[in-house]
Amino acid sequence: MTLFAFMLRRTLAAAPMVVLMIVVNFLLLKAVPGDLVDVMAGESGIATVEQMADLRARFGLDRSALDQFQAYLSQLLRFDLGFSFRYSRPIADLVLERLPATALLVTVAVLAAVAVGVAAGVLAGRRPGGRFDRTVSVLSSLIFAMPSFWIGLVGIVLFAVHLRWLPIGGYATVGAPGAGWPHAVDVAAHLVLPAATLGLGYAALYARVTRAAVIETSRLDFVRTARAKGISETRVTLRHILRNALLPVVTLSGLKLGSMLGGAVVVETVFSWPGLGRLAFEAVADRDVNLLLSLFLCNSLLVIVMGILVDVSYAALDLRIEVTS
Amino acid sequence: MIPIERRSFLALTLGASVLAAGAGRALAAAGPVKGGTLIAVINPEPPILTNTVNNHFSVNVVSPNIYDGLLSYDQQMNPIPALAERFELSPDKLSITFHLRKGVTWHDGTPFTSRDVAYSVLELWKKHHPRGRTTFGDVTAVETPDASTAVLRLSRPSAIILNALAAAESQVLPAHLYENTDPRTNPRNINPVGTGPFRFVEWKRGEYIAFERNPTYWDAGKPHVDRLIFRIIPDAASRAAAFETGEVVYGPFDPIPLADAARLRANPELALTTAGYQWLSPFFTFEFNVKSKIAGDVRVRRAIAHAIDRKGLIEAAWYGFGTPATGPIPHYQKAYTKDVAGYPFDPAAAERLLDEAGYKRGADGVRFALWHDYSNDTESQQNTAEFLRQNLKAVGIDLKLRAADLPTYYKRVYTNYDYDTRSGQFSAMIDPSLGLYRLYATSSIAPGVPNTNGAQYSNPELDAVIETALRESDPAKRTEAFHAWQRIAMTDLPNIPLFELERVTLHSRRVKGLEDRPDAAFSSLKNLWLEGGA
Repeated sequence: MTLFAFMLRRTLAAAPMVVLMIVVNFLLLKAVPGDLVDVMAGESGIATVEQMADLRARFGLDRSALDQFQAYLSQLLRFDLGFSFRYSRPIADLVLERLPATALLVTVAVLAAVAVGVAAGVLAGRRPGGRFDRTVSVLSSLIFAMPSFWIGLVGIVLFAVHLRWLPIGGYATVGAPGAGWPHAVDVAAHLVLPAATLGLGYAALYARVTRAAVIETSRLDFVRTARAKGISETRVTLRHILRNALLPVVTLSGLKLGSMLGGAVVVETVFSWPGLGRLAFEAVADRDVNLLLSLFLCNSLLVIVMGILVDVSYAALDLRIEVTS
Repeated sequence: MIPIERRSFLALTLGASVLAAGAGRALAAAGPVKGGTLIAVINPEPPILTNTVNNHFSVNVVSPNIYDGLLSYDQQMNPIPALAERFELSPDKLSITFHLRKGVTWHDGTPFTSRDVAYSVLELWKKHHPRGRTTFGDVTAVETPDASTAVLRLSRPSAIILNALAAAESQVLPAHLYENTDPRTNPRNINPVGTGPFRFVEWKRGEYIAFERNPTYWDAGKPHVDRLIFRIIPDAASRAAAFETGEVVYGPFDPIPLADAARLRANPELALTTAGYQWLSPFFTFEFNVKSKIAGDVRVRRAIAHAIDRKGLIEAAWYGFGTPATGPIPHYQKAYTKDVAGYPFDPAAAERLLDEAGYKRGADGVRFALWHDYSNDTESQQNTAEFLRQNLKAVGIDLKLRAADLPTYYKRVYTNYDYDTRSGQFSAMIDPSLGLYRLYATSSIAPGVPNTNGAQYSNPELDAVIETALRESDPAKRTEAFHAWQRIAMTDLPNIPLFELERVTLHSRRVKGLEDRPDAAFSSLKNLWLEGGA
């Protein structure tokens, strides 16, 4: 019950923030020069004043900003995300169609990064200054220094062009069966390079954070006490040190999952991954304001939800922390 | 054992290889192989699948596979039959009668008739097609005496309608699916039903668009491949990798970074062509806002024309994919003339002109500064701007670069006219009356409309010439009008056409049947086939 009450309270507390986000997003997008009609007239290569006025009237862009904002709000209150004139489709369809690909990519990347990063961080943190620790430090510095699009391209050249082990990009093989085990294996093969590219940077970060936390926690009294009680070193590391060292990693990965919409844009582009990041990126270039507003809204909701989940998981990891309403 | 002399051995092997070559030719002559899946790439992803309401080039590349035009065009831009088997022009040139192909059906099985033509001309092309409003503006009625005859009635003779009936320009859409709907939001725009060589199968946004062979296509035996896929690969380097692995075998409109073109051209499995883009007649131009104080002086404009090293620019920023231009109409067009004012690269001449105009070098060596606007969506455009800055610096002009994304750039140049100079690509079109007037006609000064007369240049003499080119039906007089157009344009110089652009099509050598027609890059892929089939 306390948990439920806590989540309810946090959700209600987030409501004003969501409203504020909606207003700020709208104002920001209206301040950008050019609109969808400019883009469409430009790419057509030819247009007339009347034609453009006609399109603006149709898209509702001829009304005052206040009118447009009211229309947008009343749409939202009816749980309607609106219509993208760029894609000739309802926005909810577009978002739902792209969401699974991004969710899959980011979740797999973050989980793999947590596993690899935490393991490396714990091993490095157990013997600071040792050979393994130095290797991890050098590697993570290198990975930090390399832009992810470059890592992705090197991956493509090596594993797809030269070795031909993996596909160069896309979500699944075109024309292959769209369901069942063969499909799952196919998608998994397409997922390896983008998830590795995205996850590598995260893993480097988690390794560093975990290492620091492990070193710090190892010096604390309760660890000395645990050792004095004769608990095995492995158990001390896993139960006592790691559990505490995990807190910053949970915070970071929660934030990563929350910002999945924007965070994967580069990787989605390099690997032709049909996700939300690319949709948002193209919507900016197209000045598809309706679509962008909806994407921003979904993103802010996701950040808030992940924030609540992170707080809840703190309580599970560290028994001293309680959720209270 | 019979000893074989060296010479006869040679003769034997030579004979064998000649035979083998002969066999190869015989195989090739046996004609295209049927079947297989052709995987092409298009970037960016087309917004919709008919050019009736959006004629972005990506739409024009994909949609002619679904829809036909009334006509098609050969190498010399002479009309050849498509949905119309033949046509007649009345003596007064005020009506065009199209005799339509019989037995053609839409992909949903409904017969194609003159009603579809009448609807497409009057309700779609004339009202919604971005260029069609001009091209078909003089069509007053379309009569349909029977199911296979359509007669266009014109209010005055038109020289351009018969050059604008290809599938890349004016697509015949199904009246039974479009009537009484808003064509701009008709769901068939993304789930199309046409008469063309390929039937639409599915479109996975951000992944691919899939088509299958239309088994009842009127051009018997075509298309050759069973399936056609356009993959969406947004990153240029990834597209290059897809060509290298063979995952993609055909890509028009510069599918790869020009910087990679030389490397990929050396790949024995790939081939590169710049044919098939003359329909667009693209060129790269440096335009002036003639209403701005300094750029309004024609001596300054001519000086700048002398100051730019076009050959160096093409090599440095475009990897050699271009030809220096002498005017706004490319050299391969019938309407071209080289008899215009020329501006060879000559910094000394440029400096003289600037001195004469009264713009002496200051103490810091600078005569004046000009803003230069451009959209930096390609590396080549960014490099071009920097190259131009260097060229102009040499003659004492400080070109201040101001890059922006496209919508911002459009706003600044075409709505606010808040610029001195700009550079970018422009399409003259194979019939310059379809495209080039936008840069030069007074009537094309349209605040708020991109790709119009952003220079705000106005010359009544040229306006009269442009009108003649649009209306004149005598080919000789029309050509003379185009020549006058080029002469005036290069004398007044509201913009400097720097070079004719070469667009690149990259394809696997397994892909056969590529054409070099002027609109090949915009045509259906019905003639392509794959060596070895699937």
